[in-house]
Amino acid sequence: MGELTPGSAAELADAIRSATGPLAIRGGGTRAPAAEHATTLSIRGIRGITLYEPGALTMVARAGTPMAEIEAALAAEGQRLAFEPWDARTVLGRGGEPTIGGCVATNASGPRRVVAGACRDAVLGLRFVDGEGTILKNGGRVMKNVTGLDLVRLLCGSRGTLGAITEVGLKLLPGVAATATLTAEGLPAVAAVGAMSAALATPFEVTGAAHDPQSGRTHLRIEGSAASVAYRAERLTRALSSHGALSVSEGEGPWPRIRDAADLTGDADLWRISVRPSRAADTVARLPGRALIDWGGGLIWAEAPPGTDLRAACPGIGHATLVRAAADTHSRLGTLHPEPDAIAALSGGIRDKFDPAGLFRARPVPA
Amino acid sequence: MQMPEPDARILSLKAELVRRLVRALPAETVIHAPEELRAYECDALTAYACPPLAVVLPRSTEEVAACLRLCHEHRVPVVPRGAGTSLAGGALPTADCVILGVARLTEVLETSYEDRLIRVQTGRTNLSVTGAVEADGFFYAPDPSSQLACAIAGNIAMNSGGAHCLKYGVTTNNLLGATVVLIDGTVVELGGAHMDAGGLDLLGLICGSEGQLGVVTEATLRILPKPEGARPCLIGFDSSEVAGQCVSDIIKAGILPVAIEFMDRPCIRATDAFSGAGYPDCAAMLIVEVEGSEAEIDEQLGVITEIARKLDPVEVRVSQSEEESSRIWLGRKSAFGAMGQLNDYICLDGTIPVGELPRVLRRIGEMAAGYGLEVANVFHAGDGNMHPLILFDANEAGELEKAEALGADILTLCVEVGGCLTGEHGVGVEKRDLMAAQFDPADLEAQMRVKDVFDPAWLLNPAKVFPLDTSAGRRALAAE
Ligand SMILES: Cc1cc2nc3c(=O)[nH]c(=O)nc-3n(C[C@H](O)[C@H](O)[C@H](O)COP(=O)(O)OP(=O)(O)OC[C@H]3O[C@@H](n4cnc5c(N)ncnc54)[C@H](O)[C@@H]3O)c2cc1C
Repeated sequence: MGELTPGSAAELADAIRSATGPLAIRGGGTRAPAAEHATTLSIRGIRGITLYEPGALTMVARAGTPMAEIEAALAAEGQRLAFEPWDARTVLGRGGEPTIGGCVATNASGPRRVVAGACRDAVLGLRFVDGEGTILKNGGRVMKNVTGLDLVRLLCGSRGTLGAITEVGLKLLPGVAATATLTAEGLPAVAAVGAMSAALATPFEVTGAAHDPQSGRTHLRIEGSAASVAYRAERLTRALSSHGALSVSEGEGPWPRIRDAADLTGDADLWRISVRPSRAADTVARLPGRALIDWGGGLIWAEAPPGTDLRAACPGIGHATLVRAAADTHSRLGTLHPEPDAIAALSGGIRDKFDPAGLFRARPVPA
Repeated sequence: MQMPEPDARILSLKAELVRRLVRALPAETVIHAPEELRAYECDALTAYACPPLAVVLPRSTEEVAACLRLCHEHRVPVVPRGAGTSLAGGALPTADCVILGVARLTEVLETSYEDRLIRVQTGRTNLSVTGAVEADGFFYAPDPSSQLACAIAGNIAMNSGGAHCLKYGVTTNNLLGATVVLIDGTVVELGGAHMDAGGLDLLGLICGSEGQLGVVTEATLRILPKPEGARPCLIGFDSSEVAGQCVSDIIKAGILPVAIEFMDRPCIRATDAFSGAGYPDCAAMLIVEVEGSEAEIDEQLGVITEIARKLDPVEVRVSQSEEESSRIWLGRKSAFGAMGQLNDYICLDGTIPVGELPRVLRRIGEMAAGYGLEVANVFHAGDGNMHPLILFDANEAGELEKAEALGADILTLCVEVGGCLTGEHGVGVEKRDLMAAQFDPADLEAQMRVKDVFDPAWLLNPAKVFPLDTSAGRRALAAE
C-alpha cells in the first residue's frame, strides 16, 4: 500500500488523525519489508540533531535521524552511545538506513548492554504521537527525572504499537582511548559461561563477554585509557588463570561482528533468547543449530530449521524473539514471546488506551 | 496543600473492614487502634499528617494480595508504604485509606554471584541489600542518602537515585524483576533474572510509579563487583560559573567520575562549621570522586586537577588517604543535618541541564531575595539534580507558605530552562499541583490512562502525583 512521509510531528499527527486504515510505522526500514495490508507511515522526513551538549553528555535528535549521522556527530567529540546498538541489516540481509527512532522502538542493544545498560537505559525523554494523533512528551533532556509515570521506558521497545516516536533525548558516554580483547580457546559452553561470570564479577570493568560455540572462542573486552587497559588486561588474565589461558589483542577486535551476529547469516530461522546467564549453557545444549552467546550468557542468538518453535524446545528462558523467519512462521509462532494472561491483559489494556482504533496493530517488527 | 474530603461511606465502614481484615489475615498484621495509627500519619514530609483508617503489615505476598482483594471489594483506598522516608509526601495517608506497609517483608530470597543478582522482599532497607553481599565483594549501586532507613519498596516506587548515579544509574537501571500485586489481588511477575522485556516494558513503567499501579513485594536487583578503590578531590572556585565550566570540561575530557557534588558558599560555611571538614571559604566547591586501582585513580585525578588548575581555582585538594577522603565527604554528607541545626528548611529536588547552572543559581539568589529568604545549594553537578535548601523559621506564621511559594518558583524555573520538577524524590503531594508547569493536559491524560488500566477505580494512592483538578473526574466516578 502507499507511504506517507510527514516532515514534522505536526504533519505526522495530521496523518494519523486522517488515517482510514492500518498504519505501519517505519524508520529506516531495516527490519522488515513494507507491510502489505497497511499504509507505511515513514518517520524518515522527521530528522536532524536538535541539541548536542558534549559537556553534559546529552543529545536530542529527531526520530528519523540516521544512526550514522548520530554516530558521526558523537565521534567528532570523542563520545558514543553506551548501549552499542546492533544493526539488523546483517542478519536479515536487508538494506535501508537505521534510524535512532527505530533503534529506540526496538530497544536495540549490543555487547556493552551487559554492563552499561540497554538502549532504554540511555533514553532521557521522548516525544511521540499516539493513535489518536495527539502529540505527547515524557521525560526530557536531563539525566535525572522522576516526574510522573515513566512512559519513556514503556515506549522503548514498544515496536510502533503505542505511537510514533518523533524525538529522542539520549544520555551519552565518553569514548575510550584503548580497547583490548582477551580470548580463550576451546572452552565448552559451561566453562565459557563460568569464565565470563567470573570476569564480570571482578572489579576490572569488562564491557563485553561473548562465546562462540562454533569456534570455541570466548572473548572478554576491556576499554579505557591505554594505561588502565593494560593494567586490567594483566590483572584479569591472572584472575582467570584457572579458567584457561587468555591471549590479549588490541583494537576493535571481534565486537562489531559479535554485536551484529555476523556469522549467523543464511536461510535458517534466527532467534534472540534472553535468559538467566547461569542457564545459558544448558539452553545452548538444547539448540538445533548454530548459536552465539553474548551478555556474559544473558543473550543467545540461535539458529533453527525454518518453522521450528525454539521456545518450546528451551524451557526456563526469560523470553525469545523471532528475528529472521518466513512471514507465516512469524504469524504462527508469534514474533514476540507469549505473555502470561495477567500481563497480556495489562499490555493489551495499555495498547487500547494509546491506540483505541487499532491503527498500529499490524504484525510487530522482528527483533 | 489540599487533600480531598474523606469519604463518609468508607469512614463508617471502619469496624466492618477491620473485622474482615482480621478474619482474612493474622490479627497481628492489622493495626487499627487510634494511638497506634499515629505512627503512620506522615512520612518525611512532616509538614503534612493524617492518621489512616487502618494499617496492614503483611508477612507475605499472599497476605498483601488478601488485603488488596478486601480493599478492592469494599472500594477502600490503599496507600502503599515502605519505610516512610519520602520527602514528597508519597506515603501520606488519607483519613479513609488503609496503609499497606511492607515493613515485615525483609528477607533475602536468593543471591547469585554467577548471575550478579539478589532477590529480596521489598521491605528490606537499601543499605542492608549491599550488606548482604559486600562480604563477597559486591554492592547494590543506587545509594540514596537515606539508605540506612529507606526500603527497596520506596526506592522502586520513587525510582530513587544517589550520589553515584552518574556512573551507575538510578533504580530503574538496576532493577531486573519485580513481583507486583495488582489492586484486585492478582500477582504478576515482571522481568526476572534475565535482561530486558520481551513485550512492553511494564517493569520500567512500575518503577517510579509512586504506588499508583500496584504493590511491589519482591524485587530482583542487579549487584556489581566493588571497585578496587575510590578517592575524591576537592576544588574551590570563587565563582559558580567557573565551577560549572570545570564540570563540563571534566566530562568533555572523557572522564566519567562516579560523583561530582557541588556546594555554594552558604552551604559550605554551614557544613564546615557543623562538621569541621576544613572546607575553603569560597563561592563554589566541587567534590569529584573517581574509582579504580591506585594508578587509575592517580591518572584520572591528574587529568581533573590539570583541568581545574587552568581555571584559577581557590584551592585544589587531592585526597591522599582514607582519612582525608572521609573528611572531604564529611561536610557534604552532613549537609542536611547541618542546615537543620541552623534553620527549618525545605529541600527541593529539581533537575536542570548542567549548562544552565550559573544562570539558575543567579536567578535562585534573586528570587530568594525577593521573598526575603535564604537558599543554600547542594547539587549533584554531574547530572544536574539540584537540591536547593530553602531556609525558614517554622515558628513564625506564614513562613512555611512563603518558603513553599519560593520553592514552586524555583521548580518552575527548573522546568523553564529545560529541566524537571523532581530528579529523585518524586511528585507525591508536594509537587502534585505543579505538574501542569511541566506537562500539557494531554501528557497528563496519557499517564492517567495508564493508571486506568492498572487501577480502574483509582484506589491506589489516590490524590497524589496528578493535580487534584486533573484527576477529579476519575476519582469522583470511582467513588460512586
Ligand atoms: C534524609 C533523607 C535523605 C534522602 N536522600 C535521598 C537521596 O539521596 N536520593 C533519593 O532518591 N531519595 C532520597 N530521600 C527520599 C526517600 O528516602 C526515597 O524516596 C526513598 O526511596 C523512599 O523509600 P521508603 O521506603 O521510605 O518509601 P515510603 O516513604 O514509604 O514511600 C514512598 C513512595 O513509595 C510508595 N510505596 C512504598 N512501598 C511501596 C510498595 N511496596 N509498592 C508500591 N509502592 C510503594 C509509597 O506509596 C510512596 O508513594 C531522602 C529522604 C530523607 C529523609
